[in-house]
Amino acid sequence: MRTLGALHSFLAFAASSLTDRSIRWPTWMEWQRVLFLQDYNTRVVMLGTMLLGLAAGMVGSFTLLRRRALMGDALSHATLPGVGLAFLIAPSLGLAEKSLPVLLTGAALSGIAGVVAILYVRNLTRLKEDAALGIVLSVFFGAGIAILSIAQQSVGHSAGLESFIYGKPASMIESDRLLIGCTGILSLLIMGSLFKELTLLCFDEGFAKSRGYPVLLLDLVLMGLVVIVTIIGLQAVGLVLMIALLVIPAAASRFWTQNLKQMILISAAIGGAGGFLGAAMSALFRNLPAGAMIVLVCSALFFVSMMFGTERGVVVRALRRRDLNRSVDHQHLLRGMFELQESRGPKAGIPFSELQTLRSWSSHRLLSEIERCRRRGLVFRDSGQHLSLTSSGMVEASRLVHEHRLWELYLITHADVAPGRVDQSADAIEHVLEPELIAQLEELLLQKRRVQGIAPSPHPVDATEHVS
Amino acid sequence: MSALSNWSWDYDGWIVLAGILCAVAASLPGNFLLLRRMSLLGDAISHAILPGLAVAFLVTGSRSSLPMFLGAVVVGLLTAVFTEWIRNFGEVDEGASMGVVFTTLFALGLVMIVQAADHVDLDPGCVLYGSLETTTFDMVDVAGTEIPRVVLVLAAVTVINLVVVVLFFKELKLSAFDPALATTCGISARLMHYLLMIIVAVTAVASFESVGNILVVAMFVVPPATAFLLTERLRSMIIVSALIAAVSATLGHVSALVVPSWFGYRSTSTSGMMALCAGILFFAVSLFAPQQGVLIRILRRQRLSLRILSEDLIALLYRMDERKSGVVASIGQLRAALLSGGFMSSLLMKQHSRKGHVIATENGYQLTDSGRRLGAELVRSHRLWEQYLVSEGGVAVDRIHGQAEQLEHFTGRELRDRLQQETSAPVLDPHGSPIPPE
Repeated sequence: MRTLGALHSFLAFAASSLTDRSIRWPTWMEWQRVLFLQDYNTRVVMLGTMLLGLAAGMVGSFTLLRRRALMGDALSHATLPGVGLAFLIAPSLGLAEKSLPVLLTGAALSGIAGVVAILYVRNLTRLKEDAALGIVLSVFFGAGIAILSIAQQSVGHSAGLESFIYGKPASMIESDRLLIGCTGILSLLIMGSLFKELTLLCFDEGFAKSRGYPVLLLDLVLMGLVVIVTIIGLQAVGLVLMIALLVIPAAASRFWTQNLKQMILISAAIGGAGGFLGAAMSALFRNLPAGAMIVLVCSALFFVSMMFGTERGVVVRALRRRDLNRSVDHQHLLRGMFELQESRGPKAGIPFSELQTLRSWSSHRLLSEIERCRRRGLVFRDSGQHLSLTSSGMVEASRLVHEHRLWELYLITHADVAPGRVDQSADAIEHVLEPELIAQLEELLLQKRRVQGIAPSPHPVDATEHVS
Repeated sequence: MSALSNWSWDYDGWIVLAGILCAVAASLPGNFLLLRRMSLLGDAISHAILPGLAVAFLVTGSRSSLPMFLGAVVVGLLTAVFTEWIRNFGEVDEGASMGVVFTTLFALGLVMIVQAADHVDLDPGCVLYGSLETTTFDMVDVAGTEIPRVVLVLAAVTVINLVVVVLFFKELKLSAFDPALATTCGISARLMHYLLMIIVAVTAVASFESVGNILVVAMFVVPPATAFLLTERLRSMIIVSALIAAVSATLGHVSALVVPSWFGYRSTSTSGMMALCAGILFFAVSLFAPQQGVLIRILRRQRLSLRILSEDLIALLYRMDERKSGVVASIGQLRAALLSGGFMSSLLMKQHSRKGHVIATENGYQLTDSGRRLGAELVRSHRLWEQYLVSEGGVAVDRIHGQAEQLEHFTGRELRDRLQQETSAPVLDPHGSPIPPE
């Protein structure tokens, strides 16, 4: 149904505007007109969708963290019966059917009914959140369609109502932009004044409850914000796009930061950029529908964020994992060489094959690690392909071995682990030991024993023992 | 009922049948979606299939149903795959990744279709979106009978879903409740996941094409949720959900004809009303379900609290009578001791006097012999429990009263006898009050 309407409106738009509908590259003049906001209509639309993106991005951050990203989906559908009923009832109140305040009031009331219904299903039955959202979404939308279908036959000129479902960014006028701007500021104020409470609600509902915060009320405020933002967005951009603006910017900003305030700012920026650029593209390329373009720009930003986000992006996490693997290899190599040299004298070179049997590393992995160590002047390779530690390699290796053995000693004396089994346990933790912890261990273990320098290994060190 | 006077089995009958088939087909996999907490997936898939339809248009240049059907099913599956992909690689919450995927695909589909409309003779009203009202416009001749094509398609989908659910019942059930256990039992939870996704996508696409997506999205969620409140067993949940789906489809069409006529309008959207009827059924069940109903639970709690108050009144009167035999206590005195509401207390005392437990006098109520027996039982339970808690439970004397106060209402003759045995038949309770004999 939604699809049909969307198609209808876009097709009608496309058919009426141009006969040639292939994508044409705009001229420089057109670029200038759009990007520098010289055209009045374009300016209104672009700034309007940008403001909407800002507001939705901010509210969306909270719903995302509350694990209710799709709440906007349910609530935006829930506004539909209200729009239809307002349309039917308005004439009997002596108002114009399509008077915007009446329709928006209807939308708000039925959105609130939707909120109440979600809370009813979630809190009073044993159904879970997703079912509550699904039920409210489909039943309210069904009711909305039934009412709209009546409205269409009754008054005859209800065509504008469809834009509530599918949206018509191009029809945005100055007063819409004002409305969106004011509502955005209002929701910003609400979020600002309840920042701490909403944060607590999103991160730890149980804790909030135990501190005596009115969790139900805060939940209502949050959903109310979603309803407000959805309603002002409905006429401009339509149901499905509203969902996208509530979900995508927030999900994208999550990749850039761990800080909630920053996340809200980034999310608002992404939403705003999506609204602005999407509207711009649709203004530049005449037959790209604005609503869809806004979503696509947002999703493009999402994928960029997902890949390259500095905090949780895929690339960053892969690099971090690689760095960790390398530092683990580095420590394994130096410690292995140190222990081999320890048992057979410092002058003896170690053949490559012997190193490879130390651990289950591939020869490629081992070779590249040896190469890295050689470049840093830690390892020396003689003409016979035998390896030995340089003096600076010796210093680094003895520090690592020291840390490893400290941890082993700790496990034996304080955790009652058998000496035969400490090596592997120490292996697991030695790569992440902090300097402060090492100092503590030293204080704890070595003072009593008056051991100087590197602690002796608490178990026999043998190359074959390391084979794992 | 004048709106139904135009009812024709050749027309309305087929519409109802198509609605029922769509509803039943969707509710079958919907049960598993509900248990996996993925109820919104039906909604997501039915939006996301748009680019599949568009690509099929562009590639084949035709409106023939099979390529479009396959294209849409593939994209429906991709929705599930992409959602999982983003969830795993990006570590994004499931709902959010679903939201990202389906809105993006939907937008992509819109853009494509606006482009495709140029090259293809596209009539979205006929192909992309069917409405139940047009069910009988496209008839197919099967073995001499005229059957709407929609009904045939939906019947096929229903049979497929039924076969999958019956054949893989055990596997689907196990992987819905405990995927890890399913994997250790040698059932690939992943495979089951995608099998479920396939039938969801097939159902969504088939229904989308023939009856519009409102109905199918509602039927994925609402009937299974309703059945979930009515039964504890998966098998009966599936059967009940299919029945509810069929009933709401039937009621939906009837009310689409009837309800608008009450307000002086002609009929309204059938699939919208079917969704609404399912919602109304759900609401009714959520209130009145025998085990889970909200109202039923409130009533049950209310009845229990009334019974406890009524017992407390008699026990209080007994204790007063113990101190001064034949005492007459006014409602005010009883209420002050129990801190109870006036209306309920006098109502319950009137009930006691009707049952002959008390005699109403001018100044208040006085226990009869039968009332004294009743009070003695309660006080005996109370004091035996106090004794038991002190001697066997090791609870401090100053803390036993509250617990005994609760336990006394759920203690029968047999339990009292055992308590007496365990505490070696005491005469006095820990506070020094006599324990009345049985």
